[in-house]
Amino acid sequence: MADIQDYNSTPKYETFSYLPAMGPEKMRRQIAYLISQGWNPGIEHVEPERASTYYWYMWKLPMFGEQSVDTVIAELEACHRAHPGHHVRLIGYDNYSQSQGSSFVVFRGR
Amino acid sequence: MAVKTYEAGVKDYRQTYWAPEYVPLDSDILACFKITPQPGVDREEAAAAVAAESSTGTWTTVWTDLLTDMDYYKGRAYRIEDVPGDDTCFYAFVAYPIDLFEEGSVVNVFTSLVGNVFGFKAVRALRLEDVRFPLAYVKTCNGPPHGIQVERDKMNKYGRPMLGCTIKPKLGLSAKNYGRAVYECLRGGLDFTKDDENVNSQPFMRWRDRFLFVADAIHTAEAETGERKGHYLNVTAPSPEEMYERAEFAKELNMPIIMHDFLTGGFCANTGLARWCRKNGILLHIHRAMHAVVDRNPHHGIHFRVLAKALRLSGGDHLHTGTVVGKLEGDRGATQGWVDLLRESFVPEDRSRGIFFDQDWGSMPGVFAVASGGIHVWHMPALLAIFGDDAVFQFGGGTLGHPWGNAAGAAANRVALEACVEARNEGRDLEREGKDILTNAAKDSPELKIALETWKEIKFEFDTVDKLDVVNR
Repeated sequence: MADIQDYNSTPKYETFSYLPAMGPEKMRRQIAYLISQGWNPGIEHVEPERASTYYWYMWKLPMFGEQSVDTVIAELEACHRAHPGHHVRLIGYDNYSQSQGSSFVVFRGR
Repeated sequence: MAVKTYEAGVKDYRQTYWAPEYVPLDSDILACFKITPQPGVDREEAAAAVAAESSTGTWTTVWTDLLTDMDYYKGRAYRIEDVPGDDTCFYAFVAYPIDLFEEGSVVNVFTSLVGNVFGFKAVRALRLEDVRFPLAYVKTCNGPPHGIQVERDKMNKYGRPMLGCTIKPKLGLSAKNYGRAVYECLRGGLDFTKDDENVNSQPFMRWRDRFLFVADAIHTAEAETGERKGHYLNVTAPSPEEMYERAEFAKELNMPIIMHDFLTGGFCANTGLARWCRKNGILLHIHRAMHAVVDRNPHHGIHFRVLAKALRLSGGDHLHTGTVVGKLEGDRGATQGWVDLLRESFVPEDRSRGIFFDQDWGSMPGVFAVASGGIHVWHMPALLAIFGDDAVFQFGGGTLGHPWGNAAGAAANRVALEACVEARNEGRDLEREGKDILTNAAKDSPELKIALETWKEIKFEFDTVDKLDVVNR
């Protein structure tokens, strides 16, 4: 049994939450992918204890047609500064499938 | 209008049912059969015979033919083609008027198209290769209870394929021990677990006990991880009444998804259950036991792409499609063809993927492709490259066989999946850089590291029995 490791479950928040928190370079590439798919970036945030609800607080409005990775990062950081203890996630709204092409947590609250 | 007179006796089928000048209507149901005729039966006669026997014809003339407009109702063989690389058979294309079929009834369409004609003496073997369902007919069918987008919204899973696992051993566990296996998989990071197809309600584990313990496992795992989870509760039963009783109990327990075996259960039961699922807001996972009996022989039976289309019409939110890379049969191009037929709203004719007709699904929701059977973490890059995001990858042995148990196995799969999605989004070539992507991700995941060591050498490299007919003569 000595070589078997115990597994502890911890709270997760869907896509990419099983990977280590992304550094700025990796984050830029994910945002660039989202934009290249023709999706519309949108930002949401929430208190960690309420994270499992469908609806989080919307940060401003989705950035329809936004093509600049820098602008998206600036808004993510602004949201994070305003709500430092909250999870902040980035959504790629796909208006053709009428769903979300992607959604992942950028800043992990505590 | 031409006057017809009655003449008793046997006529060649070709006189009535071979119509090379016919231009199919947009509303016709079109079928492509691969016919292996008996020696001495020529192609036009064999094709006309198939058209006749699968529509209005019988072996002899009958006077009551003249009481109706047979030219309106009859099926017509309108084209014949060589099968590339095989002289023993040929393709025959048949057009059926839409009014031959009851609206919204996959049962009725199949009773005609693959009914008596498959036992017909003039053909030695017969295979239904593809069927074009006109949009006018598609719109009469209920289709998937929810479809891909609604399932993503309900389950809150975006930007990646989902992960599942069939609980093993497939038979013999008690309900409480079974629930334990479910709980461990889900808390470790899987989105779904699954009843194996032959788990129904046996003496060792009655369905009601299983449902109760599984529900507890799901609710506990959801509370711990904060993620939405599900287990495909198999409601396949001896009779429709018992099937609905099980489905109702799953709903009472607030379960998000149930499961049905569409071929052994039958199209009638499946269509009814799919309607129930839409009405009651429950997702429907579809298993395909018995399909290989019907679809594996290249000269006789029904191609799986036809069964997949039939399921999309009858209704299901998930369907098993084969993995291409795992332990079960499946050619890559052909698999991608029927995966498109499940998921896309329009699929163009593409012989290189075995698709004989354009297929327009209109607004009918798409079905998640489920890849399951003999796959493990090393297959993850190829699976993502082949299937893309709208799929469920199911690692049974690849989760439960992890040296540290189900939860660690689940976490290993989840880390591998997310690392592959991240790499794909960064523009990396998954199939060429797969090893690098996985070993790099394992640096932060001891669970993945040991999984990679455990399954390193396993490969399945048997040749496919049913290949696409692509060799040119």
